[in-house]
Amino acid sequence: MPTDRIDIRHVARLARLALTDAEIATFAPQLGSLMTHVDALAELDTERVPATAQVVPSRNVQRDDVLRPETILSREAALANAPQAQGAYFRVPRIIAEEG
Amino acid sequence: MDPIHDSARAIARDVNARAVSAAEIAETLIPRAARVDAELGAYRELTPELMRAQARRVDQRIADGDRLALAGVPVAIKDNMCLIGTHTTAGSKILEGFTAPYTATAVQRLLDAGALPIGKTNLDEFAMGSSGENSAFEKTKNPYDLERVPGGSSAGSAASVAGYAATVSLGSDTGGSIREPAAFCNVVGFKPTYGRVSRYGLIAFASSLDQIGPFARSVEDAALTYDTIAGKDPLDATSIDRAVEATADGLRDDLRGVRVGLVKEFALDALDAATRACYESAYADLERLGAELVDVTLPTAEYGLATYYLIAPAECSSNLARFDGVRYGLRVDGADVGEMYERTRAAGFGPEVKRRILIGTYALSSGYYDAYYLKAQKARTRIGEDFARAFERCDVIASPAASSPAFRFNAKSDPVTMYLMDYYTIPGSLAGLPSLSIPCGSVVPEDGTRAMPLGLQLTSPLFTERALLGVAHAYERATLHAEKLALPEICTT
Repeated sequence: MPTDRIDIRHVARLARLALTDAEIATFAPQLGSLMTHVDALAELDTERVPATAQVVPSRNVQRDDVLRPETILSREAALANAPQAQGAYFRVPRIIAEEG
Repeated sequence: MDPIHDSARAIARDVNARAVSAAEIAETLIPRAARVDAELGAYRELTPELMRAQARRVDQRIADGDRLALAGVPVAIKDNMCLIGTHTTAGSKILEGFTAPYTATAVQRLLDAGALPIGKTNLDEFAMGSSGENSAFEKTKNPYDLERVPGGSSAGSAASVAGYAATVSLGSDTGGSIREPAAFCNVVGFKPTYGRVSRYGLIAFASSLDQIGPFARSVEDAALTYDTIAGKDPLDATSIDRAVEATADGLRDDLRGVRVGLVKEFALDALDAATRACYESAYADLERLGAELVDVTLPTAEYGLATYYLIAPAECSSNLARFDGVRYGLRVDGADVGEMYERTRAAGFGPEVKRRILIGTYALSSGYYDAYYLKAQKARTRIGEDFARAFERCDVIASPAASSPAFRFNAKSDPVTMYLMDYYTIPGSLAGLPSLSIPCGSVVPEDGTRAMPLGLQLTSPLFTERALLGVAHAYERATLHAEKLALPEICTT
């Protein structure tokens, strides 16, 4: 089983996860081994089988369009756990590059 | 009256009768839990001030004439459930210091019923693991042998109840995270039908599988706790809008007329001889109590693990995208926002969580979705159909909860070997079925000297919690396995 089956650097980029070289060396064979295990699924016939969307039958779930103040976080509560806040906002590093 | 060793039912009865106050129970349990916790590492955090404040409220309500189902009952809460004002870490560095701004519905229902919150329990990071070893914090130990794991992911919820540092507790089960630690720690662990208990305030791992349920030292206490937390919640659209049958008054003492299915694919041949003998004896006990044993088959059960290890990581990779250093939790700065995300997540998540995020992201990535995620959701349909066919021939399915008793720390360093621990619990999870583990005896492991508990798993059709707990109760009262195992000194004095 080739351990380079998954382009782990590409997947890590998709997942927004910085990995060290040591982590890549550890994870690559582990993920390869798991995917080999998972390959067994291919032999299961699912030709005319619908995919599970839900295990318990339920229809569209709707609620009355009313405010429930006790379920709404105040601005203060919402910001209380923020790593960085400024005034009424979450503060984050630059998102848009400066014009050259 | 002994608040440490009494059942939840006895405590509630005595508090309601004002034979003892909730405040006295709190003052007994607070030092007790701290002392046991020093040995077991079951708790992430004890909450003595919250417990005292709640005890005062409960005593006031009793004085005002209320009768409460869990009056004065000390409860422990898995640390992936929010309790307002407490730290809620999910066992992860990425949430270290996070303070819950609201309370999970299941926890609120316990508080409304008079329960006293004793603390938040340790777990495998984001509930991903089968031993408790994936917690970024404490190493939770098995009360029956401190050299062994308590099971996971609800490690501390099982260990605290087993060690008499809580009367009942809440755990969550995605692929076995209540049932396996219950089996390892000689307690009852019950995963209700998917959707029976609201997930509002439970930190999501795999949303189509996650379900909250109780740990207790008896089926009766598990039933009492379940009856309190079950039911539709407008704050969780996936909670079931269907009347909940009370279970605590439906507990039976014999199994006449009950058909117990034994699954051909769960043959005991692969187990070690003593473990196998224990389960054979459990099946014989069920028959002795009047049950009819019938052979059933779940041909797709062997695909359960592969199915689960696509679906659960896929949902995890999506759910854990929210941990990005913006709104809560850890932040590691970077030159731009993208670098901040990558560094935050690299520093905040442990290896098992990273592995599952990678697997899930891969399985959902462009070009692979049909081959992996969609295929797994189809396999899941077939597994559910197999159960439905089996339940035409039986009322409940019996099997081992795990293939071995609790193992030593660091015994399973290969991820796939660890994943195999969930072999028996995963198929029922994929089908959304109610399922529990109940003590069924003990064996001395080959690499040990102490007898370690084993759990019998019982699984029944969707929504049949009342019948399932009834069967478990009859088995428990006839065998009394949990009481036959001597606890280490720390837990009995």
